[in-house]
Order: sequence, then C-alpha cells, then structure tokens
Amino acid sequence: MAPIIKTEKITHVYSTGTVFEQAALTGVDFQAERGEYVGIIGHTGSGKSTFIQTLNGLIKPTSGTVFFDGTDIRQSKARTREVRFKVGLVFQYPEYQLFEETVFKDIAFGPKNMGLPENEVSERVREAASFVGLGAGELEKSPFELSGGQRRRAAIAGVIAMRPQVLIADEPTAGLDPSGSAEIIANIGAYRRSAGATVVIVTHNMDEIARNADRVAVFDRGRIIIDASPAQTFARGEELTAMGLGLPSAAMIAARLRERGLRLPDGIITAEGLRAALREFKKGAGGGNA
Amino acid sequence: MLRDVTIGQYFPGGTPIHRLDPRTKLVWTVIFITALFMARGALSYALMLCVLAGCVFASRVSARALMGSIKPMLIIICITAILNVFFTRGEVIARLWVISVTREGLISAAYMASRLVMLISGTFLLTYTTSPIALTDGIESLLGPLKKIRLPVHELAMMMSIALRFIPTLIEETDKIMSAQKARGADFETGGLIKRAKALLPILIPLFISAFRRADELAVAMESRCYHGGEGRTRMKKLRMTSRDCAALALGAALPALIVVTNMLSGA
Amino acid sequence: MEMPDIIEPVSGGGGVPDAVLTAENLTYSYRAREGELPPRVLDGIDMDVGRGAFVAVLGHNGSGKSTLAKHFNAVLLPVGGRVLVEGMDTSDERLTLDIRRAVGMVFQNPDNQIVASVVEEDVAFAPENLGCPSEDIRRRVDEALRVVGMSEYGGHSPHLLSGGQKQRVAIAGVLAMEPKCIVFDEPTAMLDPRGRGSVIRIIRRLCGELGVTVVLITHHMDEAIGADRLIVMSDGRIVMDGTPREIFSRPDALAAYGLDTPETVSLLRGLREDGFDVPLDALTVDECADAILSALAVRPA
Repeated sequence: MAPIIKTEKITHVYSTGTVFEQAALTGVDFQAERGEYVGIIGHTGSGKSTFIQTLNGLIKPTSGTVFFDGTDIRQSKARTREVRFKVGLVFQYPEYQLFEETVFKDIAFGPKNMGLPENEVSERVREAASFVGLGAGELEKSPFELSGGQRRRAAIAGVIAMRPQVLIADEPTAGLDPSGSAEIIANIGAYRRSAGATVVIVTHNMDEIARNADRVAVFDRGRIIIDASPAQTFARGEELTAMGLGLPSAAMIAARLRERGLRLPDGIITAEGLRAALREFKKGAGGGNA
Repeated sequence: MLRDVTIGQYFPGGTPIHRLDPRTKLVWTVIFITALFMARGALSYALMLCVLAGCVFASRVSARALMGSIKPMLIIICITAILNVFFTRGEVIARLWVISVTREGLISAAYMASRLVMLISGTFLLTYTTSPIALTDGIESLLGPLKKIRLPVHELAMMMSIALRFIPTLIEETDKIMSAQKARGADFETGGLIKRAKALLPILIPLFISAFRRADELAVAMESRCYHGGEGRTRMKKLRMTSRDCAALALGAALPALIVVTNMLSGA
Repeated sequence: MEMPDIIEPVSGGGGVPDAVLTAENLTYSYRAREGELPPRVLDGIDMDVGRGAFVAVLGHNGSGKSTLAKHFNAVLLPVGGRVLVEGMDTSDERLTLDIRRAVGMVFQNPDNQIVASVVEEDVAFAPENLGCPSEDIRRRVDEALRVVGMSEYGGHSPHLLSGGQKQRVAIAGVLAMEPKCIVFDEPTAMLDPRGRGSVIRIIRRLCGELGVTVVLITHHMDEAIGADRLIVMSDGRIVMDGTPREIFSRPDALAAYGLDTPETVSLLRGLREDGFDVPLDALTVDECADAILSALAVRPA
C-alpha cells in the first residue's frame, strides 16, 4: 500500500523577488504510513511550520510534489480541495480562530464547507466533541465562555469533525499547563486509534515524543536531517544539542549514568525504559558478579 | 502573500535622510504633496520625479520595497486612471460602444496615475526612513501649539505610534487566521459579492477579538511601565534641528517656487 | 474550610521585617452577573516575599496565579485585605507610580508589551514616563540591553526578532526602571526551548548577580527547580509553600492540584516502586543520576 502522505523534493522560497526572500525548505523528502504517529522537531525557523502547510496544500511549494494516497494533491483544483479535508491541520494556538456564536457552530464550520447534509454535520460535530471531551452543555455555549484548555480542544474538534485521514497539529499543547497538555495528547491519540488516522505532531516536548511517537523527523535549516525511530534519534544527543534541541529527561539521565560507568543498553528514552534497564542491572548485579 | 505588505514599516538606516529631524521630514512631505498638486505639464512632473528619485536614492530604500507599497494601491490607481480616460472630453481617438477614448483623457490618466504613484512613494519614504516614535514625536511637536486649544496632541501621537507598531503584528495575525480557516475549507475566492463578504466573517471576528485582547494586554503593560499620559514625560532622543535640517527646509521651500516656474515653462 | 497544606509556615501580617511584597488576607473577585455570587479568584492570600528572594508560584490554568501577580504592581486592587509593596499600600492612588517603578512586570506575550517599533526606543519607554533626563535614559537603556544580552539589537525592529529575543527586550524595558523586584507572569509560555532557556538564565542572573527580587509565575516545573521558594496555588488559595525539594517530593499532593512533578522525580518515584532506595528530592539530571548510582551502590568510575 502506498504511504498515505508523501513529499518529493519539496522546496519553498518565501517572498520570491523581494528583499525578504529566504528559503524555508530545500528538497524535503518525507512520507508517513497509515496510522503512524510522527513527531516533528526543530527549532523556530527550521522550516517545520512551512512544511506542514505544504502537506494540505495551503502552501504551494516552489518546486517538488506532495502526494496524498498516491496521487499529486495539485492534480486538479477539486483534488486540492478534497485533500484539504483529508489532511486536517491544527495551527498553533488554534483557539484564536474560533468565531461562531456557539461551540457547536464553530466545530460545524469544516463539515459545512465540505457540503455535507445537516444531519451528517451534526453527527460529526457530536462525534468530534466527544473525542475532545466536550459535552452537550459546552456545545451550546459561546466559545468565549469556555476555559483556555476547553477552547483549544474545541478548536481541535473543528478539525477532527472533517474526519481527516491525516491529522497534523503544530504545537498543540503550547502554553497549557501539564494536565491540559496531557488531555490534548490523549484526545489526539483517541482519534488516531478510532479512525486509524496518521498523526503528525510538531512539538518541543521531547518526553512526549519519546512516549508516543513511532518516528521522528528532525528539521534543521529547511531540511530533514534525521528521520528515524525516537530511540535512534535521541541516540544522536550531541547533534540535537548542537541544534539547540533538548533530549527526553530519561535519555539525559541514562547518558549521565553511562558516563559514570554504568553499563546500560542503548535506546533508553522513557522513564519506563530506564526503570526496566535498572531492574535488569540490579538483578544482574545481585545474580553473582557483585 | 500578506506578509509581503510593507505599509508603515520602518527600515532602520543611517543615511542623511534617516538622520534628518522628523519635523523636517514631515514638513518636507507636506511641501512635496502640495507641489505635486500644483504641478502641471511634463516639465513639472519631471522635476517632481527627479526630486523623489533623489530622495529615494539618498535614503537607500530599495526600489523593491517602494514597489511593495504601491502594489496594494494598484487597483485604486488603475480605477482612477480608467475613469480619467473615459470621462475627459476632447479629441476622440477610439470608440468602444458608447464610450469614447480621447487623447486628453489618456494624457490626464497618465498624469493622474503618476501623481498618485509619487504621492504614495513620497509618504512611504517618510515612514520607511523615520521610526514611528520619531514620527509621532515630530507630529506632537509640530502640533504642540494646538495643546493650548485642548487638543489631546500627545494622546493622538501615541495612538498613531502604537497603530504603526501593530500593523506588522496584525498583518501576520490575519495571515495566520486566514490559513487556519482555509484549513477548515473556507473559500475566499469563489462566489458572488455577498458570499465573499460573508466568507470574511471567519477572519474578521477572530481578528477583532485578538486586536481587543492585544489592546487590553498592551494597556496593562504600558501602565506597568509607569505610563500616565504625556505629563512629565521626557525623551531619550530630544528632537534637535541641525544645520542639515535648515538646508533641507530651505530646499523644500524652494520646491513650490520651482514648480511655479516649470508650470509656466510648460505653458500650463 | 480545610487548612492549606503548608509545609513551612508563612508569616502573615507583615511579620517579615524586610519584605518587598506582602499580601494580607488578599481577596479578589471579578464582577459577577446579577443574582450570582461573584466567584472568588483570590481567597485570603497571606504571603511575604523577602528582599533578594527568588520565589516561584506554580498553579494550573485558572488557579489565580496571574491575578495574584497583577496585584503586586497595583494593576489590580484588592477587593478585600491589602497588598504592600515596600510598605506602600497599593490601594493608595498617590503611591501608584512609586509602586510600579519598584515592581516591574513581564507578561506572557512578548508582542503585546512592546510599545515602540525600535528596540532601544521601547526600552526607553519606562524611564521616559518617569521623566528621567535624556542622558540618564540613555545610560539605563544601554545598561538594560547589556544585561539581557541584546546590546547589538538596539536599532532593530522588534517584530523581526524571535520570541525569546522579544521577551528579552521586554525584560530590558522593565529593567530600565531599575526596579527592586520583577514579577514574571508566565514569561516563557509562548517561547520555544531555546528562547525559554535564555529567558530563564536571565531571570536567574537578575536574582543571583543583580540582587533583584524575583517572583516567577509558571507552570513549567523545571523552571521552578532553581527557585529558593515555591508557592503552589489552587482555586485562589495558597495550598503549598516550601522549598522546591520539599514540594516536589510530594508528587501526590501536586497531582491533586493538577500539577506534574519534574520528570526526574517521576522517575525516582517509579524506581522506589521497583524497590530501589532512592530519595525523591533529586531534582536535576545530575542529582538524579547520583541518587541512582548510590542506590545501586556503584562507585562512579
């Protein structure tokens, strides 16, 4: 089966022909499989925000091709529009895009634009709201009566309601407190499992990536320079640090322990992984060579 | 792309134009605009163009940046020019159905268009080379005498400076909101006038809400930094007229006189 | 009313002689709709912040921590109780300017606190408001930009700077008032890790080297590790107050207030369940590694 989304050598130059001209992407090849959870990391200005907007056709790359389910998303205007709904994109601070009188109407904006009949729209709104834990009571409220975290979740529901096969989110937890962040990550995970959707998340939270992602793409100066499993990615700690990116705490502690002579296996990136390794170590130590 | 819009931006620099007192530049701009409206005939227009070109050259503002400022006004310029073509009487050189194109019409359209382009470039040159704070300081100082008749000069100047400061921020924000709504299938490009106007609501409402939120936060931040109106406020950079400013103003005063001469020479 | 879960008793009522900030039974509520009881955003806050201290205030969104912050420079005035800044009552309007120059505030969104279109002119805004002479303003601006490491950006336009750089400019804008105390209201919430790191380093320096009293409102646990004292807020009340070590070693209490522990503490807690004899108060990566090594009885090689 073809990857659900794929890019071939996409390059994008901003403000071509003006004083502000700058290349945001240079020859990016990327692909994601159905149901995959991909984390995208890179510091601000590395091109990751531009990149995700090429995936649903919002930004037309200067050169290169984006494929959705095997066909070029720019094959025809109708195709581009269709892909817009199949590749859902949640922007940073999406709560600032809410505009309708009620949360229900706001979530319905996407499905309505798809031209769905009334009953289908309201079914999708309710379904999307339930993924993000908003009840019937909240749906009738004005978005501005909700708390910050709820508003963010309502905005995410507005994208989920389109039932995208690929859900992309740009720093969906930025500015939220720990419990608010955890809820959002859980909501997105619930949608992924239930719809079998691919999830692409841009984040600075390495612990979150270590826990959830199947694969990590690291952006630096408009290129993907690492595209590997979280364990393989975080094994290249020095490179990441040089780029100004962090490591998961467990990986840092494991590295420190190795420096001090503790023999730990490679690829420890989560607290659970480190605990398991330390249990093994203790067993081994108690088992004879102590 | 919205982010290419350069309206009201300031390009820091150290050219003689940048270093002029903002009041000098303001007065100069007013003189320039007056002269522009006085100008008749090719010679006067050529003189104005030379003056403008000289200022652009001296300020090292790139032609691209200037073009960027004219681009959004292009439609207005075109409409004005077209109206001039159709509604000026004179020697008919072409006929389209009931509309006749006259030689006088074409000439007047060309003058009108170049006048508008020079007007826009001249004003933008002012904002490109003068920091908004300096600009508002200049306005405040020039309008100072009006304080006596209780005109809130300081407040007006402060409002203008903040508006200029937030233009790029709000343009960026509009861009973001537009993209976010497009990602949910909003369509701004097709349909009749009413449909398109309606399609703007998902952009305008969040934009207004965000502008209010920003205004609110900014007010608190300004108060926190001891802002309490213009009373007792001092300045880091005091406005000071130098000999360079005097020279520039003298040149400025000569401009309308020169235009009167060139107008006569072109026989207008 | 249940008693707040306070580890180290806080002395209320101006008990600390050299307090920069004091809140006494501070209560605040927004105006409610007709017929409804106004919800209390702050409910009987008693606290002191001593001179030169670095106090972090933690709390989930909506816990009242930002409302508390705005009381320290008279942006909000108490509905009940009082707030003293260097002994000055914030409710006394004649003192407002003196209070605001003593306590600077840095807010979350760097874009919405920069007034001018040129960096140095923005930094000059506060001293200009205070009516300082030109040369003095110049000196303050240069000094403030130097402290935040933005000297070379004096002539730049703020909107072309990164979020972290903008926030440093905002800090310089407050430093130019030469305040005794700076309250940071979630200054890193909108920044990327690089920007966060640079801002936190500056905050630590302000307190450590320049002796500025710092109150840092945050929900990033790792930023609070470096503080001398940590206050946890929930539902408008102070529910925990102690050193970071004391507070972070009580993960269950924190969780009940909607907060996490730093990843290091979560790991140590897991290891305890696994039967390792590790303390819970090793907060930094290094301390955590040391704790694990000593629990394994392995000598560092």
